[in-house]
Amino acid sequence: MSKKYDAGVKEYRDTYWTPDYVPLDTDLLACFKCTGQEGVPREEVAAAVAAESSTGTWSTVWSELLTDLEFYKGRCYRIEDVPGDKESFYAFIAYPLDLFEEGSITNVLTSLVGNVFGFKALRHLRLEDIRFPMAFIKTCGGPPNGIQVERDRLNKYGRPLLGCTIKPKLGLSGKNYGRVVYECLRGGLDLTKDDENINSQPFQRWRERFEFVAEAVKLAQQETGEIKGHYLNCTATTPEEMYERAEFAKELDMPIIMHDYITGGFTANTGLANWCRKNGMLLHIHRAMHAVIDRHPKHGIHFRVLAKCLRLSGGDQLHTGTVVGKLEGDRQTTLGYIDNLRESFVPEDRTRGNFFDQDWGSMPGVFAVASGGIHVWHMPALLAIFGDDSCLQFGGGTHGHPWGSAAGAAANRVALEACVKARNAGREIEKESRDILMEAAKHSPELAIALETWKEIKFEFDTVDKLDVQQ
Amino acid sequence: MPFQSTVGDYQTVATLETFGFLPPMTQDEIYDQIAYIIAQGWSPLIEHVHPTGSMQTYWSYWKLPFFGEKDLNVVVNELEACHRAYPDHHVRLVGYDAYTQSQGTCFVVFEGR
Repeated sequence: MSKKYDAGVKEYRDTYWTPDYVPLDTDLLACFKCTGQEGVPREEVAAAVAAESSTGTWSTVWSELLTDLEFYKGRCYRIEDVPGDKESFYAFIAYPLDLFEEGSITNVLTSLVGNVFGFKALRHLRLEDIRFPMAFIKTCGGPPNGIQVERDRLNKYGRPLLGCTIKPKLGLSGKNYGRVVYECLRGGLDLTKDDENINSQPFQRWRERFEFVAEAVKLAQQETGEIKGHYLNCTATTPEEMYERAEFAKELDMPIIMHDYITGGFTANTGLANWCRKNGMLLHIHRAMHAVIDRHPKHGIHFRVLAKCLRLSGGDQLHTGTVVGKLEGDRQTTLGYIDNLRESFVPEDRTRGNFFDQDWGSMPGVFAVASGGIHVWHMPALLAIFGDDSCLQFGGGTHGHPWGSAAGAAANRVALEACVKARNAGREIEKESRDILMEAAKHSPELAIALETWKEIKFEFDTVDKLDVQQ
Repeated sequence: MPFQSTVGDYQTVATLETFGFLPPMTQDEIYDQIAYIIAQGWSPLIEHVHPTGSMQTYWSYWKLPFFGEKDLNVVVNELEACHRAYPDHHVRLVGYDAYTQSQGTCFVVFEGR
């Protein structure tokens, strides 16, 4: 039945608050934590979020009547209390699939976290979680290779991958940089990493770095008899330059490259992931700028959303924090989003911060990367938290060894393997961590010295962003 | 103390991937790892190769993967039989995971010369 045009400002809730709506399997669902301005009813705030992130604008417009908005509009279908927080609430919103371009994470985020975040009726707004429907997932490329392919390419089984970032992060010449890579890899690491802010600066242009690193990787591989790699950072000024660097890495026969997906942007990331899939290249993903977006408990985007978006946009490894190191992140929350990186189905579980069942179908998994302020003493906890499908990266914990990076690498490798062996043998590695490490150190002077060097270093600050659960 | 006397010289070692940095396992320790493989529901699989071919993707199978094998002693006996048949080869034990089509674990039990 046709409607009449009635100019003016309507309350959002008349159109966008639909508590009787039953979401479809093809709907994209989102959970926002909303904090409205004082005096504005919850339903009105929630409906405003649904409207502004989908079809609505502040005024009724005649051109709405040219289409069937009932078909296209986002709807708030549920409001829930936030445990232990009176001023905020959760709004659950369903978006019809046709609001989004196929395979475009950029498009999804432009809608869901666009204008609405500056909306005056809101004091704060946080996107807590998205349930991507299978119909959308099937349009995304996802990880160019995935966990299983990466293991087969690198020949690493039954344990986490072991890596480290080259330090100092800025200022080394290409040749000196390659030396540090060589030292780490010959000492027993599987992978080394460009720091995220190494791109192509005056002290070390990218081509110089790529050539020396390639020589270091090949030499270490020859001498140790194991497969090695270095994440060559292809993040660049323009997409054209990014692809040029990726092509050169391939020419050098390197197994893995790297991209910074938030500063570089989702469009660039999806493009590079497609290039990697086409060219048999592994892709390591850094997440600089994430904490600007995800750390405030009431405003921004939770990292679990950014992690899901990365899995869809494409990457074979993603940084997730360490739980135990120098960077923010509590254990349950971290487990919640690393499940979403690696598993094919993740059930709703509020104790892990997952607001929806998420079915990933056949999408390959992403390695969880733990990096930042970790050292050998953390090894048992890291293995217990992250399991085998992870990449543990010790920067200072490798180069800071009194004998240098090669010995530091060996210490970490011995510690890792001792913990894996003990876990497999049924020991409780977190409880018995001290015994396991001390036993292993009897056969490794490198580990004994590492244990002595870092025995007092802890990072015990409380987490800023906690799960919303009643204490 | 002079710097030189506190710094050790780390020598590169050729290793064979997982557990390559640990001392050779005792009989009991190998049993523990086999028990782990079986407990995970993985199939034990034995592979061997002459040391000159250790970086090849494909090592030779010893017989076939022991699909569904639950008996620890069978696996131990097969490992030893493989080692006797190819005393100069590396022999590795794989826990094959058909669900992920990957190896749940893989490590060298006997090093060839």
